Amino acid sequence: MEPYWEPVWLTLKLATVTTVILLLAGTPLAWWLAKTRSWGRDLVGSLVALPLVLPPTVLGFYLLLLLGPDGPLGRLTQGLGLGTLAFTFPGLVVGSVLYSLPFVVQPIRNAFEALGERPLEVAATLRASPLARFFDVAVPLARTGFLTGAVLGFAHTVGEFGVVLMIGGNIPGETKVLSVAIYDHVEALEWAQAHWLAAGMLVFSFAVIFTMYRVEKRWR
Amino acid sequence: MNAIDVRLRHRLGTFQLAVEFRTPGDGVTALFGPSGCGKTSVLRAVAGLLRVGQGLVQVNGDCWQSDTHFVPVHRRALGYVFQEASLFAHLSVKRNLLYGWRRVDPAQRRLGFDTVVELLGIGPLLARDTRRLSGGERQRVAIGRALLTSPRLLLMDEPLAALDQAARRAILPYLESVQRELGVASLYVSHDPDEVAHLADHLVLLDAGRVVACGAAADLLTRLDLPLARFENATAVVQGQVAHYDPDYALNWIELREGRVAVAGAPLPAGGPVRVQVRARDVSLALRAHTDSSILNVLPVQVSALEDVSDAHRLVRLQLGDGQMLLSRITRRSSDTLGLRPGMALYAQVKSVALMD
Repeated sequence: MEPYWEPVWLTLKLATVTTVILLLAGTPLAWWLAKTRSWGRDLVGSLVALPLVLPPTVLGFYLLLLLGPDGPLGRLTQGLGLGTLAFTFPGLVVGSVLYSLPFVVQPIRNAFEALGERPLEVAATLRASPLARFFDVAVPLARTGFLTGAVLGFAHTVGEFGVVLMIGGNIPGETKVLSVAIYDHVEALEWAQAHWLAAGMLVFSFAVIFTMYRVEKRWR
Repeated sequence: MNAIDVRLRHRLGTFQLAVEFRTPGDGVTALFGPSGCGKTSVLRAVAGLLRVGQGLVQVNGDCWQSDTHFVPVHRRALGYVFQEASLFAHLSVKRNLLYGWRRVDPAQRRLGFDTVVELLGIGPLLARDTRRLSGGERQRVAIGRALLTSPRLLLMDEPLAALDQAARRAILPYLESVQRELGVASLYVSHDPDEVAHLADHLVLLDAGRVVACGAAADLLTRLDLPLARFENATAVVQGQVAHYDPDYALNWIELREGRVAVAGAPLPAGGPVRVQVRARDVSLALRAHTDSSILNVLPVQVSALEDVSDAHRLVRLQLGDGQMLLSRITRRSSDTLGLRPGMALYAQVKSVALMD
């Protein structure tokens, strides 16, 4: 039997990598969604929001097809000499990024929209270039959106199950995350181990959300 | 090239903006007109915040926009004061003030940090959180923040409109001293005739997206065919020179070419030029120069034009000996009793005048 900490460590690693990728990729996407007036906005906005309503297994299923040895992306990664991503940690990251996308993009987008044009116009009249306006004004003023997005993205990735099971499987140390480990323990009637992990997760989740509310309140 | 040239053509929905004016590149030019006449759009277009397809914006030789050329907002040497102070909520007062200041090349800085802070009386606010400021304080910080970029043109969009009467009265002297001490050329949007009479050297009158008139404030304020003279508080602005101070009665005597007027208050330096405001309803007319009334200020004038402003009232435009203009708002009955007509010489009795600067 693998040690306790292995799924815990794997889960934290997955959630951290996913959150960082989502903050880096989600911020420009959220900015574009908040600012553009092009017709593509609603289309892209709907695609981003899709994981909110889709059963995780559906997302996992299609990802499996896409990333698998016969899928178009699978062929691409094999052609690049990377092998297939299905049932690997990078595959899990791809799935988690897509699955948690709306939880990060939506709060940041809302924060950018709530900002309005005025602070950016003021900054422009104070000689700030577009890039400086973004980093010195938009980002700090939207910080609660970033906090909410990061926490929700992280927590949501920690809690995911369906997508992981579909595209990651159950390989100890590689793809066996917390939620899968708990499921395994229950299946094997190892109630004590399941308890440890489940209760730990409960406490952790509560602590994260509670801290987020406190920090958010102070930032307002 | 000491001038500001603006030519704009722009469509905003059903509203058509077609504006063209040239105004001197120093002092305050007020853009005056009713709500919805397009004055804010003009200001935003001059700043580059509103991008108009066809436009020319030239400020004292700098071309900010032409048919072939568009300088982005952040590369224009302008300061902009919005109707709401719009301070950055994530920065302290001091860091708000420094936001633009630190982006200006030190060699280009003409206004010192301490000078601006002192002039606007915002020293005690520097360490404060912007959310703990009153409306008037916020707007003073916003004006300081704009000035600290050492703008060649200061654009102000009804900076007092969001303030209550008391705050407005408290901040006006600061605006006046900004103009007097720093001499920054300004475009000032307003729909308040009082403010315009107070601050403006030049005027651009707008209506329905077009320029109705453009010229010296003292002239346009008293033109009977223009809206400013028809306001209840219509005011003329007259320039004179401090003759002497009478300490017994605490009065400054201000010399015009023919006649003089008295202003109560602290002594002013003799010989200096001053501007005074004279309200139309404080001016009565007489055929002879009376010395048997309580009125101190009696000026020889000539009627230049008359216009009825209501069934009961008539507005009279009067020319002083040196060509400056006054307004008098009297009843039609008085006017007919005196037999007023253009060209007639008579005496204006001015109940009170107010010092402007």
